[in-house]
Amino acid sequence: MSDITNQSLTSLVNNIKNKKLSSEEVTQAFVDRSEKSKELNAYITEDFSNAINKAKKFDQNPNLDLKLPGIPMAVKDLFCTENIRTTAGSKILKNFIPTYESTVTQNIWNEGAILLGKLNCDEFAMGSSNETSFYGNVQNPIDNGLVPGGSSGGSAAAVSGRLTPITIGTDTGGSIRQPASFTGTVGLKPTYGSCSRYGIVAFASSLDQAGPMAQNVEDCALLQEVISTYDKKDSTSIDFKRNDHSKELTKNIKGKKIGIPKEYRVEGMPKEIEDLWQKGIQYAKECGAEIIDISLPNTTYALPTYYIVAPAEASSNLARYDGVKYGFRAKGENLIDMYEKTRSEGFGAEVQRRIMIGTYVLSSGYYDAYYLKAQKVRKLIKNDFDEAYKKVDAILTPSTPSSAFKIGEKKDDPVSMYLNDIFTVPVNLAGLPAISIPAGHDASGYPLGLQIIGKAFKEQEILNVAYAMEDKINFKNKITDWWIK
Amino acid sequence: MTKDKSEYLIERHNNVYEVVIGLEVHAQVTSNSKLFSSSSTKFGAEPNTQVSLVDAAFPGMLPVINEFCVKQAIKTGIGLKAKINKRSVFDRKNYFYADLPQGYQISQFKYPIVGEGTVILDMPEGQKEVGIERLHLEQDAGKSIHDMDPQNTLVDLNRSGVALMEIVSKPDLRTPDEVSAYIKKLRSIMRYLGTCDGNMQEGSLRADVNISVRLKDSKELGTRCEIKNVNSIKFMQMAIDYEANRQVDLIEEGKSIDQETRLFDTKKNETRSMRSKEDAHDYRYFPDPDLLPLEVTDEFINELKADIPELPDDKKKRFIDEFKVSPYEATILVSDIETAKYFEEVVAKMGKNQDIKLAVNWITGELFAVLNNKNLEISQSPISAKNLAKLVNLIKNGTISGKIAKTIFELMIDGDKDPQTIVEEKGLKQESDPKALEALIDKIIDDNREKAIEYKNGKEKLFGFFVGQAMKVSGGKANPQLINEILKKKL
Amino acid sequence: MSIDLKTIKHISKLSRISLDEQKAEKLASDLNSIFEFIEKLNELNTDKVEPLTSVAETTLKFRSDEVKSENIREQIIKNSPENNEDFFVVPKVVE
Repeated sequence: MSDITNQSLTSLVNNIKNKKLSSEEVTQAFVDRSEKSKELNAYITEDFSNAINKAKKFDQNPNLDLKLPGIPMAVKDLFCTENIRTTAGSKILKNFIPTYESTVTQNIWNEGAILLGKLNCDEFAMGSSNETSFYGNVQNPIDNGLVPGGSSGGSAAAVSGRLTPITIGTDTGGSIRQPASFTGTVGLKPTYGSCSRYGIVAFASSLDQAGPMAQNVEDCALLQEVISTYDKKDSTSIDFKRNDHSKELTKNIKGKKIGIPKEYRVEGMPKEIEDLWQKGIQYAKECGAEIIDISLPNTTYALPTYYIVAPAEASSNLARYDGVKYGFRAKGENLIDMYEKTRSEGFGAEVQRRIMIGTYVLSSGYYDAYYLKAQKVRKLIKNDFDEAYKKVDAILTPSTPSSAFKIGEKKDDPVSMYLNDIFTVPVNLAGLPAISIPAGHDASGYPLGLQIIGKAFKEQEILNVAYAMEDKINFKNKITDWWIK
Repeated sequence: MTKDKSEYLIERHNNVYEVVIGLEVHAQVTSNSKLFSSSSTKFGAEPNTQVSLVDAAFPGMLPVINEFCVKQAIKTGIGLKAKINKRSVFDRKNYFYADLPQGYQISQFKYPIVGEGTVILDMPEGQKEVGIERLHLEQDAGKSIHDMDPQNTLVDLNRSGVALMEIVSKPDLRTPDEVSAYIKKLRSIMRYLGTCDGNMQEGSLRADVNISVRLKDSKELGTRCEIKNVNSIKFMQMAIDYEANRQVDLIEEGKSIDQETRLFDTKKNETRSMRSKEDAHDYRYFPDPDLLPLEVTDEFINELKADIPELPDDKKKRFIDEFKVSPYEATILVSDIETAKYFEEVVAKMGKNQDIKLAVNWITGELFAVLNNKNLEISQSPISAKNLAKLVNLIKNGTISGKIAKTIFELMIDGDKDPQTIVEEKGLKQESDPKALEALIDKIIDDNREKAIEYKNGKEKLFGFFVGQAMKVSGGKANPQLINEILKKKL
Repeated sequence: MSIDLKTIKHISKLSRISLDEQKAEKLASDLNSIFEFIEKLNELNTDKVEPLTSVAETTLKFRSDEVKSENIREQIIKNSPENNEDFFVVPKVVE
């Protein structure tokens, strides 16, 4: 592992600012490592030569006041990037080249970063193992044959495998936090309305949020402060006072009240997860936090609620992929035939499954029983958090009910796949911020994560808790570079 | 078939049926940009030149609502004397069609921006109140063109995303004439408000017509059929006539009516089932998660209320009170805001010694005839209100006769000429000098001695002959009133 | 409850995704197991609960009525699978 690719984002930024490294050196190092990492299948589209040219250009006249000066960065292929193919992991967008840029990526380029390429993900972000991507599985750098989690699997693998210093993913039901947990990295899902959804291929509009995925909490804080902006182009973007996360970051969390929800102790949870949680509680105490038992009584209903709300919205959001304006089109006898063949051939099995679920729960006669019911339960779940936050500042839970599993292990059992998101989904339903930090290993040496859930708009609070705990945990990812030939 | 003018009933084998009609009018909101995107709404642009990434539903594109369209909908609601809902919600109506890029239409389903209201129709037999069920905002679709390419359908998205108001009436209409009056009244109100130009040719106003029939005096509603997208009042009336009779025939044959969507074929003058669309009729409405609830304050509504101009019903009342025009004339004058404006301008320009009755006659008579002939709107009138006022004044003060006025009117059309100038140039001033007229009449009586004697002997209709002669000899300039007086005296 | 093949075919029509028998049967079985787990919600009484559509506790913000989009026809049509420079082109619509 070269010196450069081993560094954290913060260190690379400092080295470029201090002129110890040029953008070209840094970019070249990540390009070289990415070139040697094809085995991981982390990229869908590479833009390496452009990246090096941009780095050279940056070095000619470097603006070192920027937050991400000349930093190369690969991003999840769900963000539309101007003139760079954007597929959302789907065949249906195989040849789609946007003429526009998402707000989140634009914010990143505005701070001086350089696009390396587009990272693999589950098709339309629907999946928990990156196995639904039309562009193939992604390998977890932790071990050969292991899923990196999903849907931001390519992003997690790329950060964990040091193919990019940092990245962004999107999180609808856990798609940042679960892969972060599976790959020993840090992933933050911001408050709903914190990061603009403009230019992000939509999965479920009321749940989708972009967020940073990083090596450590400090890097994560820096990228969050770059990507979170109020955006008039997104009607659900919220205009609130945003923190300078990286500057305000502190390990002093003395007296902070951290809630432990008893309902997260789910039936059949492996002992190593329970142990990890206990360890986490211990670390939090050591940091000076006060631990308080709380109850989130409707937790058990979160996953069924999510599997109504998200597919319902998705079934409508994905109606635009009809072979008319862009993307794949199958030959058809007439318009309807064309639609049906295009969507049948263009979408993969999981996406079709979710469209069908969504269509069903919205269809006449079922709306009240499913969709309306789910919206009501969603209210109850949010109420649970509101109630809990009267007593605590943050909530600590495991990120996932297990460590990373083998490729193919759960592919044909949708329900067991869905259960991966059991700890992450309630957060999206309530629109809260949450961060997953690596906190230990299971018996096989695979990483396990802890999740810290915050109050709405209190990203700084959970970043601080994570920052303090990270110090105590002192996690070391066991990566052997097995894939590098 | 029709019993009397006010009733529209269908008779079959001693059964008398009544027709129940409700309308869903789609009115294009007058605005510069679209409901959820900043592309232009101008009519008649080159295909696909007024399409943004949002309108074409590119991945990741999001709707942002146009404040002006919201105001326009609320103003229209106020014009319909309707309840304004301070909180309304945008829903997605999901269906696939080539000219619907998102695969759904953003509309308002459960919580419309405007609730119940009323529209008053001025029918020959009196006023009739029609209930408004609701008004909601929604997006228009694009246009599919089926006849330009033999193998393919071409899609133009210029209209995609343009704001529409869907105004749903209660099933209060009973006759094709009421339907016509209702559409005209709605259009009139919206044009007063400036919220919709009401141009049916450009598709700014379309309607879906819901029709059912029932035995007269029955209280229950029959099964209704919806005739989609009828774009002229004439076609609406034709479609209603065809459809009502079709339904009555079915009932008389003992068959049932299917609740369905039908299409009006203007060439064959019949309605046809659109059954092919039926299976895809589950719209799966749900609140659009890209948009939050639309909330407006009392203050916002009150500001709009303060901005509402005098509407046709109030204007009519004022015209009757202030100008003493008949209710019938007032209805005509206020039906279109431009006519009302023209009329009021004529009245203002006539000054103190005005003859409003005469002005109304000239506007609704000669002027309307010219506009009709030339297919012009009153706003494009070749004769300005100022010059028409002058013309009326010239008649009123006896400078010209009504007959000469007609000649002058014809001359005014070309270039909006000042009638005073025409009178002077052509020497058309009325001869009102009694001495000159006496001399003229003396000469006529002299030349027609025998006829004068016949008149004196009782052949009174010869009076007209002498008037005619006087006008002829004077070249139409003789003041007819004076001629009458003098003739009576002399003969 | 169970979702039968007829329902699967109906929702596939609504979603405009064609299905062969095999795919339909697989979907029916998947959906049944998913709904079995979704039915858990029926345990809860939600009669008095207000539905939550968005967690963003704010209301819609307005845009002013200005035309800002230019003619970008070329950009708009560029990605379409079939076009004739002026229009999007789709197979004949059969009513």
